[in-house]
Amino acid sequence: MSGVVDRQRALREYVLRLGDLSLVLGQRLGEWIGHGPAIEEDLGIANTSLDLIGQARFLLTYAGELEGRGRDEDAIAFLREERDYRNPTLAEQPNGDFGQTIVRQVLIDAFQFELYAGLEDSGDERLAAIAAKALKETRYHLRFSGGWLVRLGDGTLESHARVQHALDLLWPYTVELFAEDEVDRAMAEAGIAPRLAAVQAAWSARIDQLLAEATLQRPKEQSYSWFGKRGQHSEHFGHLLSEMQYMQRTYPGASW
Amino acid sequence: MRKACAGAASGRESSAWAALAQVEDPEIPALSLVDLGVIRFVRTQPGGVIEVGLSPTYSGCPATAVIRRSVAEALTREGLDPFTVTDVLAPAWTSDWISTEGRRKLAEYGIAPPSAPVASTQQLLQGDRPAACPRCGSTDSERVSEFGSTPCKALYRCRSCLEPYEYFKCI
Repeated sequence: MSGVVDRQRALREYVLRLGDLSLVLGQRLGEWIGHGPAIEEDLGIANTSLDLIGQARFLLTYAGELEGRGRDEDAIAFLREERDYRNPTLAEQPNGDFGQTIVRQVLIDAFQFELYAGLEDSGDERLAAIAAKALKETRYHLRFSGGWLVRLGDGTLESHARVQHALDLLWPYTVELFAEDEVDRAMAEAGIAPRLAAVQAAWSARIDQLLAEATLQRPKEQSYSWFGKRGQHSEHFGHLLSEMQYMQRTYPGASW
Repeated sequence: MRKACAGAASGRESSAWAALAQVEDPEIPALSLVDLGVIRFVRTQPGGVIEVGLSPTYSGCPATAVIRRSVAEALTREGLDPFTVTDVLAPAWTSDWISTEGRRKLAEYGIAPPSAPVASTQQLLQGDRPAACPRCGSTDSERVSEFGSTPCKALYRCRSCLEPYEYFKCI
């Protein structure tokens, strides 16, 4: 009897995860605006951020409708508590230097690319439409971040050392992206989302290719059990939220 | 679809198309919304309400809100009330839908139009580049920046006339 309800709840949770990933990464990238190493990179990062926030708007609006409690995209984006966010912890990690931002971006761009490619054929029409749109944009993000990974990795001794360090630092967080739980499983079985194992295989092949070109070493696999997608976030996340939510908390309902 | 309805309704639909063909894109005023291919349909709902289907070019394009407002203003100006504007996400907008006229206008305005039809996302991951410099027609160009002043454009420099120019990316 509860099958339909459970599936609806799983779908809402799944859409929320996708939306929060885009929202939080978009917010992080926004911190670079005016601080990029050159105006072209400033523009590139800002445009990527804009696409991600646009995708988050579609996804969070949909999550709000699935929830059915009348919350819109703004209420969901700005008025939840830390533990209610469902983004993977990788997205909330600090920008660090430009190389660290690029490493985080490559890892997530490649993930979103493979995930959206699978979601394009989703049995959920609305999600398929959002994914098809987002996939086209993600392609440009990956070209930008992948191009920079290769330039920095295969660049100077200094740039190589910095991106290798960033890769070693961020690699453990990628475990969470592919750790299938009951929500992922329910969505895959319902034909709504691709199997995470398939996404991981494609992601891994693409990342290996980029790392080889960038002359970087793929770090050893480690165990990791801190799941942002279940609401367990790293210490950095509260700080990100305090900045992101400040306006809506201070001036409730404020708009342009 | 424009010819499907007879009588007064189709007259109003034609008026709506004509009005929308006069609305400039806020970021690229050389193009009308119809040239850009973002107007997906104009149809008449039961009860005579004109419905306009509108697609965003990019998910986060800030011009989308301005475009929606411009559509409403144009329809009001033409006395086409009552009307409604519907967001259309699928199939996703593609640069392939920029009209032939639109491509000519882009080049004339100094923006290299999208160079190729979008065959597949995998293929385009390898990259697309402008066919020719909109000023001198040279095919010898270098990319300055993957992203430009708006999400839809990249920056190039012509290696023949040395002028920089914008390129409307394939998407």
